[in-house]
Amino acid sequence: MAPLLRSSQPWVEKYRPRQVKDVAHQDEVVRVLTNTLETANCPHMLFYGPPGTGKTTTALAIAYQLFGPELYKKRVLELNASDDRGINVVRTKIKDFAAVAVGSVHQGYPCPPYKIIILDEADSMTEDAQNALRRTMETYSKVTRFFFICNYISRIIEPLASRCAKFRFKPLTEEIMSKRILHICQEEGLNLDPEALSSLSSIAQGDLRRAITYLQYGARTFGSYISSRELISVSGVVPEEVVQALYSACRSGNFDLADKEAKNVIAEGYPVSQVLSQLFDIIVQSDDITDEQKSRICKKLAEADKCLVDGADEYLQLLDVTSNTMRAICNLPEQFSYES
Amino acid sequence: MLWVDKYRPKTLDRVIVHEEVAQNLKKLAAEQDCPHLLFHGPSGSGKKTLIMALLREMFGPSADKVKVENQTWKVDAGTRNIDVELTTLASSHHVEMNPADAGFQDRYVVQEVIKEMAKNRPIDTKGKKGFKVLVLNEVDKLSREAQHSLRRTMEKYSASCHLILCCNSSSKVTEAVRSRCLNVRISAPTDNEIVKVLEFIGKKEGLNLPAGFALRLAEKSNRSLRRAILLFETCRVQQYPFSSNQAIPAMDWEEYVMEIASDIMKEQSPKRLFQVRGKLYELLTNCIPAEIILKRLLYELLKKLDSELKHEVSYWAAYYEHRMRLGQKSIFHLEAFVAKFMSIYKGFLIATFG
Repeated sequence: MAPLLRSSQPWVEKYRPRQVKDVAHQDEVVRVLTNTLETANCPHMLFYGPPGTGKTTTALAIAYQLFGPELYKKRVLELNASDDRGINVVRTKIKDFAAVAVGSVHQGYPCPPYKIIILDEADSMTEDAQNALRRTMETYSKVTRFFFICNYISRIIEPLASRCAKFRFKPLTEEIMSKRILHICQEEGLNLDPEALSSLSSIAQGDLRRAITYLQYGARTFGSYISSRELISVSGVVPEEVVQALYSACRSGNFDLADKEAKNVIAEGYPVSQVLSQLFDIIVQSDDITDEQKSRICKKLAEADKCLVDGADEYLQLLDVTSNTMRAICNLPEQFSYES
Repeated sequence: MLWVDKYRPKTLDRVIVHEEVAQNLKKLAAEQDCPHLLFHGPSGSGKKTLIMALLREMFGPSADKVKVENQTWKVDAGTRNIDVELTTLASSHHVEMNPADAGFQDRYVVQEVIKEMAKNRPIDTKGKKGFKVLVLNEVDKLSREAQHSLRRTMEKYSASCHLILCCNSSSKVTEAVRSRCLNVRISAPTDNEIVKVLEFIGKKEGLNLPAGFALRLAEKSNRSLRRAILLFETCRVQQYPFSSNQAIPAMDWEEYVMEIASDIMKEQSPKRLFQVRGKLYELLTNCIPAEIILKRLLYELLKKLDSELKHEVSYWAAYYEHRMRLGQKSIFHLEAFVAKFMSIYKGFLIATFG
């Protein structure tokens, strides 16, 4: 990135750790990689874990530290889901890059005798493309190391996974996250009270990127003093009252009331997937409905979530969920009476 | 010019309904590091209006000088070459497009076209903005692969290209894309807000607006401001001066759906189903989206049903709408819903009246 435009960069990019040792909370990985930096020896790697835990950052940082800015272009190939990564690319581009012998060494950096190919978001690669990689990985293992990065390790085919050292990236704990956020606040001259800090950590749910993004947006829209209420409004979390209103409409047993609440949620533009997950929290925690009722409701919630992912209409799914919740709470039979 | 366009607020200061949002956007526009934005909300709530006003705030009046281009991109997809045709609306500072128009090829649009646009820095550096803006409409219609492809592009070229995404339901936008944007929720205006806007227009046009009439228009519009203004104008053409109990014309397709609903309620037989099928086809050929027909039909049916049947019918509506999304021919699923309803209703009638 050109330094000139630095000010217009999002903070996520601005405060991305440039060195492996700065990566927060992922001790195992950091230990292995610092070892790599000293001995210049490194296996194929597979990083997996939820978003915002530092996978891409770590991969980029190690590549940078190994080769330095000048050799970086020659020795590192970074491919992500924004590039076409069909089987054809694996067969030509990756193979060609992997096959090239390594050249001169640059002073001041370890410059081990191999190249690195970083495949970001590898879980969105097709299975064929992954299969085509298998032999390439072995054949050129002398001069090339592969770094795979993905959210779901189950989408990586077993033969590839078994060729790599696997590292799970843990979601960040609240303390670590708060430390990082405070650091940024200091750099940017922000004023964040403890309550806002803790609510920011809880909204982000272990995703540091999300926390930083919210912080920046909050700072942009509300100035240098941010309260916890403002952070919640920025983050798109549905206000508690709305979900409670929906839930109490379900308890009332009045279908028309529930329908009205569902319409209201849609008209206010709240994302239904978010509403469902907050409704889920309320239902799991509530004391006055039985386990059987809870499980009946949760089953429907899961089904509706799948339907939403498939692209079904938000209103109809929400209405279905509320109607089912109502029937569960009012102990109406699960089977419909007039279905033939 | 239609009133909807005539009274569309041109600047963020003149927005009547979402004043708070507009003020926040104004602050954002003043900063250099404006983040990616994701506008989501129901249709007719003013997303597009706010986006246009925001662009004007950022780039001044030159954002208005847009030209429509119909471009064809040649994309090299490994074994074959694909032509992707897309209509863009571009000014010197921003490009607006609807990538979902490319259908199943939308992945290539994101990977090639959008990436190419994002990569190139704007040449004009004498202006104070060192970036350009890409407005993408209907991102919720993009396929999963296309949305994945967007992720890294958003990060990598964030310094030179800012994205503004616009969609109806943010549930259909993947978490990864959502977490990279500032989510701006645009809620549908309440009835009171609509009344305020209608009164504003009435005053500008020099019309005499009876008190109850604006409220009735607002209620009829289902919280869609666009709808309300259009209805207002139609009423103006039909009868002026207004009387407060003047009939407000419903949309013709809505009346048609109402007719279908009462048809179904009257008789449940294969013959009736066949007739309904003809009517549904009529609606579909007039380009009413199938899920809107289904929703409206459910709305009409729910009005007439006993509460014990409502649960059952709404379950099946959700079920068939989901099926419709997965399938290809929407008429099958609409018809299946009607048939299901007939069977349930018949069962109900027999159980109640023997």
